[in-house]
Amino acid sequence: MTTDTLKQSAAAERKKIRKERFAQLRKNKAFIVGAVILTFWVLCALVGKFLVRINPDELGFLNGVETDLAPNATNWFGTDSNGRDVFSRVIVGSRPIIVMATLATVLGTVLGASIGLVSGYLKGWFDVIVMRILDAISAMPVLVLALLALSAVGGSSSVVTICIIGFVFTPIIARTVRAAVLNEAELDYVAAAKLRTERMPHILFKEILPNVLPPIIVEFTVRLGYAVFAIATLSFLGVGVELGSPNWGSQVADHYNLIFSGLWWSTIFPAGAIATLAIGINLIADGVTEAFEL
Amino acid sequence: MSTQPALELRDLRVAYRVRGIDREVLRGISLSIQPGEAYGLVGESGCGKSTAAFAAMRYLPRNGSITGGSIHFEGQDITSIGDDEIRELRTNAISMVYQNPIAALNPTIRVGKQVAEVFELLGKPSDEAHDLSLAALKRVQIADAEAVLERYPHQLSGGMAQRVIIAMALASNPRLLVLDEPTTGLDATVEAEVLDLVRELRAETGTAVLFISHNLGVIRTMCDRVGVLYAGALVEEGPTDEVLHKPNHPYTVGLLRCIPRGGLHKQTDRLDTIPGTPPPLGATLPGCVFVDRCAIAKDTCRTTPPNFVELANGHRARCAFHEQAASMPRAVDGTRSSGIGNSASSSSELLNISKLSKTFAQDSGDVRVLTEVSLSLRKGETLGLVGESGSGKTTLAKNLLGITQPDAGSVITLDGKTLGATLRDRSASEVGAVQIVFQNPDSALNRRHTVMRIVARAIEKLAGKSRDEAEDTAQVLLNDMSVDPILHSVKPTQLSGGLKQRVAIARSFAGRPQLVVCDEPTSALDVSVQANILNLLVDLQSKENVSYVFISHDLGVVRYISDRIAVLYLGRIMELGSAETVFNGPHHPYTEALVSSVPAIDGSQRVRVRLGGEVPSPANPPQGCVLNPRCPRMAGSGVEHLCTSVEPDLVEAEPGHFLRCHIPLAQLRQIQDK
Repeated sequence: MTTDTLKQSAAAERKKIRKERFAQLRKNKAFIVGAVILTFWVLCALVGKFLVRINPDELGFLNGVETDLAPNATNWFGTDSNGRDVFSRVIVGSRPIIVMATLATVLGTVLGASIGLVSGYLKGWFDVIVMRILDAISAMPVLVLALLALSAVGGSSSVVTICIIGFVFTPIIARTVRAAVLNEAELDYVAAAKLRTERMPHILFKEILPNVLPPIIVEFTVRLGYAVFAIATLSFLGVGVELGSPNWGSQVADHYNLIFSGLWWSTIFPAGAIATLAIGINLIADGVTEAFEL
Repeated sequence: MSTQPALELRDLRVAYRVRGIDREVLRGISLSIQPGEAYGLVGESGCGKSTAAFAAMRYLPRNGSITGGSIHFEGQDITSIGDDEIRELRTNAISMVYQNPIAALNPTIRVGKQVAEVFELLGKPSDEAHDLSLAALKRVQIADAEAVLERYPHQLSGGMAQRVIIAMALASNPRLLVLDEPTTGLDATVEAEVLDLVRELRAETGTAVLFISHNLGVIRTMCDRVGVLYAGALVEEGPTDEVLHKPNHPYTVGLLRCIPRGGLHKQTDRLDTIPGTPPPLGATLPGCVFVDRCAIAKDTCRTTPPNFVELANGHRARCAFHEQAASMPRAVDGTRSSGIGNSASSSSELLNISKLSKTFAQDSGDVRVLTEVSLSLRKGETLGLVGESGSGKTTLAKNLLGITQPDAGSVITLDGKTLGATLRDRSASEVGAVQIVFQNPDSALNRRHTVMRIVARAIEKLAGKSRDEAEDTAQVLLNDMSVDPILHSVKPTQLSGGLKQRVAIARSFAGRPQLVVCDEPTSALDVSVQANILNLLVDLQSKENVSYVFISHDLGVVRYISDRIAVLYLGRIMELGSAETVFNGPHHPYTEALVSSVPAIDGSQRVRVRLGGEVPSPANPPQGCVLNPRCPRMAGSGVEHLCTSVEPDLVEAEPGHFLRCHIPLAQLRQIQDK
């Protein structure tokens, strides 16, 4: 084979594989649906303020807007018991949950991946001790832990919520990464790195990490879905997010008892928002898992 | 019995769906196997051998489908029969033996239960199943069958597990037995025994056999007829002797020329290769499938697929120019003029290993894997290391490299300087001076790094160069390995096996090594690629005057590339001498058994010298000579009492030829000449 044909075939092969993988993702309807949903909510989180005509925090009853108004042409999702526009609050309320869920998951992934890398690479006593500590952490229920921590700092704090969720996710991600690292560390390229006097940080982060990225990405998307639920639950319980700004969990919490009076809209729409976001993320997680052939 | 062929494939086409697209792996294969006949399928990896084997059982992976043609078993079309019927056939009439016997057994269930299950499936009452299982294991000559029934698969050696699988496969007295590389993972001595067993059982039962192997020697000794597969198409077929003696397809000719065979040596000969690589899975091939790599291809070959040309005795070749195949030009010049290796015998000493031992501490007690190994190696010399698995070859290599730490008292010197026991104790230049080429290039190269980065990083660290300088040097180095510049920016997953191994070799040469350990560097590669890599290693040696420690289980390869050979058994050197002496004898009895177990491609019959029993555990080596419980020559030697009580020393029995054996050399010569 000549240089030119080699050149072409190598480049073409790469392009082809990428194209085929992408085509496969595009054919995966579930993934497309998930991507559309997530894109929608991310857009809302980014520019939601400019998308709505009514200020979500405007207390309608002060301006003569009726409270508990059923969905109509002006208030598409109706108004809540304070006369605030439910539609605006759902759209704008996407920001805190998406930002917090992402930060919490990133925190858990970074911590977990680092611990998993070191633990899986060193093995031995270090590994045993670290894994037992992680087992102990994962034995604690998320909500109890979060409620304890939040009441210790005296109420709602999104920073504490993010840290707690990240902390609880750490063992789960660490375990996944460790399992992948145990396999990778046995491969000869790690021995080859040692045979050119590389130090441990290089071997962990430059050699092994890139090879365990697929499971990390999959685990990240799965955790993101759980984080959405955890944050919604905490804000439903009245902790987790500072009061004031619109957020889905507290919207549900404030109005769910009105469902029985037939005033369903101020509860169902934010609840539906939580559900669609979680489902969207999970559909993406499934698609990503399949694309990586894990 | 029917007179129909046991198995017949008619224009069979199979495709695998990968990333959403169907890719053809079998391109219309037609073959038939008569009752009682053994049919071999050979070819390089990815040519569709295993797919053909699984298709014969109508067992394809989830993404595989039959897209054309038909499969007939004893005249019955089984291409599209229902699941119940195919299950019935697999239970009663067709059996399969797999490549990895340990993986083919369920690790959580005792062997006895797994074998009994087969008989229960056949409708035997469960109280008879135990006795039948016992009989089945005895039939495949498993020693201590009763005890084996009680064991779990991980407690069996590879050879024993394969016997168990064969026993299970034969339980139903099948009319067709499919063997998919049944001995590929086994040591040569065990392979020879398993092949003997299959041959005997076949003579006894008259079962038709479809035998898949990449090893032409194995096919030669096992099969009546052979089919050569390339890129999913049968290119040549006929009686085994005919095809291997008078190949009529350029691919078969090429394959046979690639193999290092008796007599060829790096000092005088270069191996021929087949240029290029096989077409990718599912490629569209309008003409002859082999045209891109064929030395005698004409323009018509690109456009018109050739038909089978019938030759004598049912020998047929699918080549329009088959008369020219045997005399086709070589891809590589056959002789080597530079005096490679000649200087090695007179050059100065590079490596000296003195009393190297390695003990692994385990809960159940210490296991001594290497026992006082002493060796030396000259500059530019190649030392072949052979021995069965567990003989300590790889441990020896790891100790040389400093990956594992030898026991206290072991001394390794390189160029007169004592090397540190571990990598930490060695300077960067010392680390660079002793490098390795790993067995499996897939695992040896980081699949997320580019070729350039892999090589340049090694130069950076080992030669202490800046990144830019390292990249310049890497360019040159990769060019020397014939890795095209355009491939420098791709990742290893986009390279073929041979190219990957070239990159790995380039990396091992990054720190200007004096000694390179080659740990089975070609065993994961196809023969045509193997020839390429061996030629490259020899070229590098003559250019750089580097020394090699070459580990391989393939004795043909070791013989070709080695100046001297050390034979290891249970962590001890049993024999050490020049390649010629070790192969021509008189041998150590262990070497003799190893050499005689290799199936010859040319069909020449050797007297098989068998080792009895299994390799003993290094945790508990036998009293006296460690070989004595298995030694083929101890009985009748007159020194039995010594063999069982005193461990012999490694002594220089004749100039340059060391043996660890109580039997005098003259007596060994006499026995072996018979």
